[in-house]
Amino acid sequence: MTDSKYFTTTKKGEIFELKAELNSDKKEKKKEAVKKVIASMTVGKDVSALFPDVVNCMQTDNLELKKLVYLYLMNYAKSQPDMAIMAVNTFVKDCEDPNPLIRALAVRTMGCIRVDKITEYLCEPLRKCLKDEDPYVRKTAAVCVAKLHDINAQLVEDQGFLDTLKDLISDSNPMVVANAVAALSEIAESHPSSNLLDLNPQSINKLLTALNECTEWGQIFILDCLANYMPKDDREAQSICERVTPRLSHANSAVVLSAVKVLMKFMEMLSKDLDYYGTLLKKLAPPLVTLLSAEPELQYVALRNINLIVQKRPEILKHEMKVFFVKYNDPIYVKLEKLDIMIRLASQANIAQVLAELKEYATEVDVDFVRKAVRAIGRCAIKVEQSAERCVSTLLDLIQTKVNYVVQEAIVVIKDIFRKYPNKYESVIATLCENLDSLDEPEARAAMIWIVGEYAERIDNADELLESFLEGFHDESTQVQLQLLTAIVKLFLKKPTETQELVQQVLSLATQVADTPGLRARGYIYWRLLSTDPVAAKEVVLAEKPLISEETDLIEPTLLDELICYIGTLASVYHKPPSAFVEGSRGVVHKSLPPRTGSSESAESPDAAPSGVQATEQPAVIPTQGDLLGDLLTLDLGPPVSGPPIATSSVQMGAVDLLGGGLDSLVCLEDSAAASHSPGDGDCAHCVSVAVKCFWSTNLPGWRAPKGSFWEKLQGFLVSLTQVWLPAMKAKGLEISGTFSRQVGSISMDLVLTNKALQVMSDFAIQFNRNSFGLAPAAPLQVHAPLAPNQSVEISLPLNTVGSVMKMDPLNNLQVAVKNNIDVFYFSTLYPLHILFVEDGKMERQMFLATWKDIPNENEAQFQIKDCSLNADAVSSKLQGSNIFTIAKRNVEGQDMLYQSLKLTNGIWVLAELRIQPSNPSFTV
Amino acid sequence: EAENVPPVIPTPHHYLLSVYRHKIFFVAVIQSEVPPLFVIEFLHRVVDTFQDYFGVCSEVMIKDNVVVVYEVLEEMLDNGFPLATESNILKELIKPPTILRTVVNTITGSTNVGDQLPTGQLSVVPWRRTGVKYTNNEAYFDVIEEIDAIIDKSGSTITAEIQGVIDACVKLTGMPDLTLSFMNPRLLDDVSFHPCVRFKRWESERILSFIPPDGNFRLLSYHVSAQNLVAIPVYIKHNISFRDSSSLGRFEITVGPKQTMGKTVEGVMVTSQMPKGVLNMTLTPSQGTHIFDPVTKLLSWDVGKINPQKLPSLKGSVSLQAGTSKPDENPTINLQFKIQQLAISGLKVNRLDMYGEKYKPFKGIKYMTKAGKFQVRT
Repeated sequence: MTDSKYFTTTKKGEIFELKAELNSDKKEKKKEAVKKVIASMTVGKDVSALFPDVVNCMQTDNLELKKLVYLYLMNYAKSQPDMAIMAVNTFVKDCEDPNPLIRALAVRTMGCIRVDKITEYLCEPLRKCLKDEDPYVRKTAAVCVAKLHDINAQLVEDQGFLDTLKDLISDSNPMVVANAVAALSEIAESHPSSNLLDLNPQSINKLLTALNECTEWGQIFILDCLANYMPKDDREAQSICERVTPRLSHANSAVVLSAVKVLMKFMEMLSKDLDYYGTLLKKLAPPLVTLLSAEPELQYVALRNINLIVQKRPEILKHEMKVFFVKYNDPIYVKLEKLDIMIRLASQANIAQVLAELKEYATEVDVDFVRKAVRAIGRCAIKVEQSAERCVSTLLDLIQTKVNYVVQEAIVVIKDIFRKYPNKYESVIATLCENLDSLDEPEARAAMIWIVGEYAERIDNADELLESFLEGFHDESTQVQLQLLTAIVKLFLKKPTETQELVQQVLSLATQVADTPGLRARGYIYWRLLSTDPVAAKEVVLAEKPLISEETDLIEPTLLDELICYIGTLASVYHKPPSAFVEGSRGVVHKSLPPRTGSSESAESPDAAPSGVQATEQPAVIPTQGDLLGDLLTLDLGPPVSGPPIATSSVQMGAVDLLGGGLDSLVCLEDSAAASHSPGDGDCAHCVSVAVKCFWSTNLPGWRAPKGSFWEKLQGFLVSLTQVWLPAMKAKGLEISGTFSRQVGSISMDLVLTNKALQVMSDFAIQFNRNSFGLAPAAPLQVHAPLAPNQSVEISLPLNTVGSVMKMDPLNNLQVAVKNNIDVFYFSTLYPLHILFVEDGKMERQMFLATWKDIPNENEAQFQIKDCSLNADAVSSKLQGSNIFTIAKRNVEGQDMLYQSLKLTNGIWVLAELRIQPSNPSFTV
Repeated sequence: EAENVPPVIPTPHHYLLSVYRHKIFFVAVIQSEVPPLFVIEFLHRVVDTFQDYFGVCSEVMIKDNVVVVYEVLEEMLDNGFPLATESNILKELIKPPTILRTVVNTITGSTNVGDQLPTGQLSVVPWRRTGVKYTNNEAYFDVIEEIDAIIDKSGSTITAEIQGVIDACVKLTGMPDLTLSFMNPRLLDDVSFHPCVRFKRWESERILSFIPPDGNFRLLSYHVSAQNLVAIPVYIKHNISFRDSSSLGRFEITVGPKQTMGKTVEGVMVTSQMPKGVLNMTLTPSQGTHIFDPVTKLLSWDVGKINPQKLPSLKGSVSLQAGTSKPDENPTINLQFKIQQLAISGLKVNRLDMYGEKYKPFKGIKYMTKAGKFQVRT
């Protein structure tokens, strides 16, 4: 006799049978039937046909039956809006029921029925319930306002529900307060400008009182709301902190983390001299540690947040290293996060322990984890100078294990250690060379080649080693090829006599056989340099390299400050600001940490200095593998290069242009093409904005674009110069900039992808979200070779307009997702409308006239443009350039009138009248 | 592997937050920025509730009780806002299924849905219903401590911490007000309380003062961190070696008691994940039973009680895959055990008093220490 029996009725005629049972007189049979219906619904069967029969069961005094019917209603009301109206009466009646449980149930269910017609009927019952004598009903009604707002925001505002909701913040019952806060927060999130929760010391006081009494979930809502408050001075901040601290001992980890967020934020305002500041710091550590003994899922979220916290305030957890030690049966996602934090907390005091642990991890089974552990050893060496020696010997021990991936990882990090401490650990080179043959990953091969080249004078058989690599030059990845080229040149400069043949061989391979522009460019540079002025070549190629910085993957300080405000949220898990990933981010408000109050500023400075300085230095981090480009950069700036110095930022492109002479690399062509049409674009963009009067002679009635703002927008998007769409900071080092263009009937998106990260990027793909004009990529994104760090590549992506359509706001908004081997990144951009103007946009004169007259007034918009001193002919020809055609031209009272038409890819015609006064540079309608 | 699925997964339009328990994924789909811990905590609470209602939480159980599951979920969540998650309140709203009730319901046609608003839900003590009556008034407290530890090859402690909880089973009539005091409250510097505990009183006097929920609940959980010296109650002597030349390895472990304050260590269970290269193991235990699964390479040895006079040991040989080099990694040994009547941190309850009611309740306190994640590296 279990419920699973409800799942088993799959015979034919089932619906018919159920129908009969639902209409049965026997209560018990009815209930059984409804249960069967619910079970079918659960497994995804369509039982919507039974709607009227189920709704008939709604009027019952059996609470279980009523609940089940409500459940059904919530699921199917949307598909049967007309039928759903039948339920309204019962709802209204139930809202008056003497039993508060039923009143609350009714108001709760009502809010879940997303049918426009019904919502209007529900306002009255809801209003009553918001003022109900029973707090259980009031708190349920508060949530219902948020639900209703999601369905019909205007209605909620018109009915004054928002004010009632605000009043509920002062309710006598803490649960009602908590739910009102939750509802208001949710509404405020979708309307950031509405200032619904205007927080002031009085309301804050009410919230803090409710905090002590409401449920754990209510506490989370209240704490998150408190975090948005900006106390007026440090005293207020402290008093809030004092009242929030007890929440750190709550059993619910979400309450704890929300409390941590409030404290981390308000702490910013407290003077570091204050005793209370120190007390607070001490109080923060235990709850964070406790989070790590929870279930692995909770641990993961906690660890991501702790990662932010230790970057912001390392002092909190500096003695807690041991809790981050990895247990061998932790899930891999927990292991990797723990490892990250271990490195961040590593200091001279605990480095011995950390190293011993890391060495232990390096012998585990999980390959990803082992690799990261080996890398971590290298990072420790770079971070804690005193430990470098021990780290190197640990790495050497690991190399002795001969486990392939361990060896490769170790060699990569040893290269970094060499860069941080030059001329210190070269004695290990011999050991490294023994493992040359086992290296099969490009990064490890490149690292090894770099080491051989850098220390060529100490390695007797450097030439043999490099020669052996050269044999398979064609099969190597670009990264390795570049390193090999540089290493051999270095070798040649150090031992010119024996290696002449080798260097010639590599130069000819690089310049003649290779098809990577970067490689060819570098080959030519070296070639010229060596042939014109070997002394200068030596100065340039063997120049002293800048030391690499201590820590690499720290979060940039402004982003970190913003993320601290988002502790506990998804943003903190992804370490990105919400604007970077929240779907359709409805105008996300940027949050910032409160400034420390003035009085404490001077007092804290000695103490604050270390962390402050560390923070400001971060942007200057030199990527550990930047030596490739480092070499090149020095080259470009070096005087012996013939020709003018290059001032562009695209070093590699410039170099090809300058030195390549007859080089006809694809890149170069593309580059010049882009250069030649972008001024043109700018020009025509300017012209289009001259088109003054615009009519939507649209055949799609739904297209009621807001006319007034249309022009503003048009002007806005006509700027089609290359823009940075996706800054590297938001996309783990991938920077995307680009522009749109239209050439002979096809639209294309010209992209420049730049890798500013430390690792190679590959497997690129692109996708567009649905947009107003159905723009979609016509071909997959093709990036032929993996993108090495600090390289960039230009791609022209053909587009078509056959994708699916969805109206965007603004109209020309395009949301793009780009994927690579690291992650998926999202950005949105505005495309210039004129790329959508088709070539056959010239309308027949008669037709133009007819349509012109038919345009209803409401589809008309006027705009005036000033400071455009072009005559009518010039305008007309310029406009034609971007597919806006002149139909007729007249001269009325000394003014030129131009009648223009254009057609969008989706078949919409836009007609315009231009009035130009020759004497007056401004064009009017 | 299922347990390695990350708990937060982004998709183009939604985020999937999941917890993995009882070999079932419980997934929440979210559309907008919601604190993930909030969601994950809630999911865990859902699983706890199912377990509480049905005894076990399995796919079969969920199917068998689909209607109750629906009803309970309905009570727990409203449009993304948690409603009632306290088991006391839920059970008043939706009665848990019992065989007797199912039979009664079928005969009488009554339901398992309560039609009265739970009394406690809106009072100042939302966790307790009014009008509780018992003939035998009793209050039991279990102090349970779990040791998480990592022990290195040489037997020294790398890290050790204690996760402790005090679980209560309180069946007292009326509105009792309890106070619980400790001999050594200073041990408790990192605690999480049930909402019923008066925090101020704890801050000032280090006394737990509370009106208890009715029935079973967790009064507090605490954490004794790695910085305090944690006593390790057992040790393992091990000698595991794989030789490069031969395809045979040696395996020998002995378990013994260490700092047990004279109490018996029982329920001892040793498990260890052997390296891939291990084909089979030929072992003889001095007591208990052992199994080696040649597919998963998992060795488990159910030891039972440790007799300090005759230490349990497991000895024998390991046969390795021929022709391959010896395994790089040494197996880690996982240890489980129980010690009754001992809280390894040294925590002791001083006294339990009741105010507000006239009767004399029966009081009891039990202590137990268990191994949590207790790992010995070899």
